[in-house]
Amino acid sequence: MLRQSETSLPAWVISTIEDALKSESNPVARSHMRFILDNIAMAATKSLPICQDTGLLIFHLEMGRDLHPRFDIRDAIAEGVRTATREVPLRPNAVDPMTRKNTGDNTGPGMPDLISDSVDGGCLKITAFPKGAGSENMSLVGMLNPADDPFDFIIRTVAERASNACPPLFLGIGIGGTFDLAARMAKRALLNMPGTTDEELDLLRRINSLGIGPMGLGGDTTALGVKIEKAACHTASLPVAINFQCWANRRASALVTEDGWSTD
Amino acid sequence: MEHRLRTPLLAEDIHKLRAGDTVYLSGTIYTARDKAHAKLRSCGCLPVDLSGATLYHCGPLIIDDIVISAGPTTSGRMARYSEEVVSHGVRAIIGKGGVPGEGLQGKCVYLAYPGGCGAAAAGQLRVLQVHLPELGMAEAMWELEATDLGPMIVAIDCHGGDLYRDVKKSVQERLKPDR
Repeated sequence: MLRQSETSLPAWVISTIEDALKSESNPVARSHMRFILDNIAMAATKSLPICQDTGLLIFHLEMGRDLHPRFDIRDAIAEGVRTATREVPLRPNAVDPMTRKNTGDNTGPGMPDLISDSVDGGCLKITAFPKGAGSENMSLVGMLNPADDPFDFIIRTVAERASNACPPLFLGIGIGGTFDLAARMAKRALLNMPGTTDEELDLLRRINSLGIGPMGLGGDTTALGVKIEKAACHTASLPVAINFQCWANRRASALVTEDGWSTD
Repeated sequence: MEHRLRTPLLAEDIHKLRAGDTVYLSGTIYTARDKAHAKLRSCGCLPVDLSGATLYHCGPLIIDDIVISAGPTTSGRMARYSEEVVSHGVRAIIGKGGVPGEGLQGKCVYLAYPGGCGAAAAGQLRVLQVHLPELGMAEAMWELEATDLGPMIVAIDCHGGDLYRDVKKSVQERLKPDR
């Protein structure tokens, strides 16, 4: 599953890039987008990581309430990450935040990062979500004044930061909650991409009208998808989080049932 | 316009390039990212001759000297070192996202390799040797042989052309509320 998540993209991501290329008018943007599509095809054919930044490994777990594993799921997933680092292979990216010493196997305190939900039944669905630093570094949480317009803040943040985040982008947005809940909602929004509400599509249209284009070199295609998650917030607060995701919106899932496991 | 160039680059090679042109580059290039640049600043030199050199802002995935994936990293993190590398004679920087054009002083071009395209880049690069291996896989200076590395876009040329600056200016115009 980790190999699949690093070497191929979901079909809908590829078709979204293909559709955007059809309507892109800027020749530099078209050159970049054609090469991005060639790269995706080459990575899948040769089973090579799409991007050398194989990311930090984030996992979404949907754990059936009837499951009572007699082992530590975190340890098991960390072991999978170590194996994948050797076998896919993955670039060792995890370092100590102060000494910058590389752990060598993409694990460490807090890593891999797990986002867990309980669901009905006796199955476990694990989604691997490798997250590269280029896009993650541009992400931001703003504690806005409730009188501010969150969409204005989002547009200005994208205008300022998108060119370093490897556009065309997917944008996970969290509005409301608390400082940390907004950030977590923004990350979860990336898992629930793409958004299809009028609000999300309108924000996507406004972002693409900025003309930032692939890799910040200009063009009609700055973002490929926007997803917004919301939560109640304090009457005195308006937290807004933007989690940038590059075009390589990598993920793969495995479903574990009584009968065995399958990947998607 | 499309150019096929070979390293080491001469001043006249880069003077031909205009922002928006396409380049395919062959010959020796060196990867350098955060730690190699910090080393240059602290020691004043690097184990390779930077005169006429091409630096690639890249932290590659390389196993047993085979390039597995090697697209560009964000150049913005290395922008603070632009003047130093240019003063050592670097004539081209390859990366993504750009650096402020002033730092290149008209003596060095910036070539944008499509970000995230590590698998495709791997097919255009071969390991010659590694310098500063103690910095680790992503941070070491890999001396690579490029074969038609590209398509790269000349994003900043030696004549004041700068696609990132032009795009930023136009984005600011579009953000104005009265528009």
